[in-house]
Amino acid sequence: MFSVDNNVVEILKVKLQEQFASDVSSFEILKDIPTFTITKTKIIELFRFLYDDDELQFRFLTTLCGMHFPDSDQPFGMVYHLHSFKNNLRIRIKSFTSSEDLVFPTVTVIFKTANWMEREAYDFFGIKFSGHPNLKRILNMEDIDFFPMRKDYPLEDQSREDKNDKMFGR
Amino acid sequence: MEEDISKYTDPADIAHEEHKEFITLNLGPTHPATHGVFQNVLTMDGEFIEHTEQTIGYIHRAFEKIAEHRPFYQITPLLDRMNYCSAPINNMGWHMTVEKLLDIKLPKRVEYLRIIVMELARISDHLVCNSVIGVDSGALTGFVYLFEKREEIYEIYEEICGYRLTTNMGRVGGFERNFSDLAWIKIKKFLKEYPIVLKEFEKLLLRNKIFMNRTIGVGSIAGEKALNYGFTGPNLRAAGIDYDVRVMNPYSSYEDFSFDIPIGTQGDTYDRFTVRGEEMWQSLRIIQQAIEKIEKMDDKHTFHADYSNVVLPKKEQVYNNMEALIYHFKIVMGEIDAPKGEIYHCVEGGNGELGFYLVSDGGRTPYRLHFRRPCFVYYQAIGEMIKGGMLSDAILTMSSMNIIAGELDA
Amino acid sequence: MVNYTKAPEGIIGHGYFATTLQKAIGIARKNSIWPLPFATSCCGIEFMATMGAHYDLARFGSERLSFSPRQSDLLMVMGTVAKKMGPVLKEVYMQMAEPRWVIAVGACAASGGIFDTYSVLQGIDRVIPVDVYVPGCPPTPEQIIDGIIKIQDLIANEGLHYRNSVEYKKLLNSYGID
Repeated sequence: MFSVDNNVVEILKVKLQEQFASDVSSFEILKDIPTFTITKTKIIELFRFLYDDDELQFRFLTTLCGMHFPDSDQPFGMVYHLHSFKNNLRIRIKSFTSSEDLVFPTVTVIFKTANWMEREAYDFFGIKFSGHPNLKRILNMEDIDFFPMRKDYPLEDQSREDKNDKMFGR
Repeated sequence: MEEDISKYTDPADIAHEEHKEFITLNLGPTHPATHGVFQNVLTMDGEFIEHTEQTIGYIHRAFEKIAEHRPFYQITPLLDRMNYCSAPINNMGWHMTVEKLLDIKLPKRVEYLRIIVMELARISDHLVCNSVIGVDSGALTGFVYLFEKREEIYEIYEEICGYRLTTNMGRVGGFERNFSDLAWIKIKKFLKEYPIVLKEFEKLLLRNKIFMNRTIGVGSIAGEKALNYGFTGPNLRAAGIDYDVRVMNPYSSYEDFSFDIPIGTQGDTYDRFTVRGEEMWQSLRIIQQAIEKIEKMDDKHTFHADYSNVVLPKKEQVYNNMEALIYHFKIVMGEIDAPKGEIYHCVEGGNGELGFYLVSDGGRTPYRLHFRRPCFVYYQAIGEMIKGGMLSDAILTMSSMNIIAGELDA
Repeated sequence: MVNYTKAPEGIIGHGYFATTLQKAIGIARKNSIWPLPFATSCCGIEFMATMGAHYDLARFGSERLSFSPRQSDLLMVMGTVAKKMGPVLKEVYMQMAEPRWVIAVGACAASGGIFDTYSVLQGIDRVIPVDVYVPGCPPTPEQIIDGIIKIQDLIANEGLHYRNSVEYKKLLNSYGID
């Protein structure tokens, strides 16, 4: 399983404190992956810093996805997983926003792999990405007007008439 | 008349200079050469491809949404249908994710059994890809020979878990039953007979002048660019970067095995073909070592961890012992709550790093489950890889990337 | 030892065999089906195994797969059809020339399968008429061959004027196909 090299985590923590003191919060190690939250406006600066730094070298974006926590005051969030091959370290970066201001900066300027992943987050949650080259729906049909992965949207197609609720105990 | 050659290297320049017209060609979603439903709208200048636009989502089945409504063990059959050529790897990866959440440690014998199953699945995935590259370049016979061997792998799966393709193999904490004697006989027979057929297939294509002319230099991508696009797996290794999750973040005791990681040089179709072929030989090596290690062990009966919260108790105990009955009921009805936590676990699938990001809020179903699907990530780069090439090269590039539609859309 | 297909009923005489035109055409059609494999997901891989040497669909006459709808008889829909794919499937069906048959292989094509979600079409018979349904997830190659044999029975017994009849036109109209 992943084993965390604590020296590198300490170096990371120190560097984050130096560069982004007030914007980084809740740094913790969740089951071998250091996780922290950053404010939305500093995402690109953070990624650029982690990419260019010679000791850290986080040059691989593993995945990114959207999150929806309807009960919190900042319900929509993005979660990024970065991987540094040099130190064999993975980190998780979270960032949240309110539903009125549902725009994140795009990271396609640094990682080309984020292109379709951000389109998927837009398709599922409605999160817009400023500066994205081609922000269209990717997996669902182009003409739908809802965002399916939000918690208030049901799983099943509501327009079916042929389901017999009495038989299936709904 | 002297021709200015530099003018002819960029098709856009030709079109502008000589007022050519581009044609639009629709490749897919139903097309014999795209093995799966995805669409490529090509803008072509004669035979050369100028621009592409991909459309996917023709088989979007909303796995991530379904996973939020199902208890943990009911997500396993869902995941079979993601990368259906190597379904056991998906199953095992998911079980390992849940075991990481619940902090379960597995006995060595179970981990070695898992490795045998995962390497068989990797062989069956690479087998499909390589034989289909042969079919797309016109060599239909190799496909028929290799698929015969694939039937033998299916028989091994049937012996272990009961079904051929969508296996739902194993449980959280191990397997549902020990491998029977017939399963071991079939695995050993496969290990003896498959190398002969694989050598024949390689003799057909590997140093075949026609095949080499069609695939060398076709659809190449540089290592750094591939890394930026998020490539993993054989496609990245063909471009020269030796990133393999089994070595970098070993899981399920892969660190006890010795195997090589083949890498290519140019990242073209020929390199992808040879890297996959060589990986099949390495998988055979790993399975051989696993069988030897298991036979050396004294314990011949363990097939699951000793963790009563997730592993179903034996049927004799369920009928005689009250506690076993209660556990059986709770596990089957999905009433055991998982602890809160966030896990990211990845395994080396047939196409690369298959990752599971699980967020559990303490209920019986996950709060959020996100799959890092390798095909989805690297299919973005196809536009760059086929630009400037010919249509027949584009077909070969797409089939050498091993795009599996179930994994693309999920 | 070569197996021939069973001769239809008719009158045998010295040097001649008389049967109805419908039976003769039926037996010729059923043993030379040209299928169009519309493989979308996992059932497609089981179809590749059916076409392989072990199960060999070619023994039943379906040696030549046609990927062009204009030149095929049997549309084999194998795998999940999403709502995005529905219009594409209908286009392919409308391009096929009469007589044409449709077989829905797998639980997803028959009824949506295990995917009861907002994005999956709950059965292809919501967009095109289907002749035979093969259940299974995925069905084993033996089941797929069983489905093809049932299609062969349908083909052998079909009336020569069925495709021009009022009943067939009403069926197509109910799907919005003229």
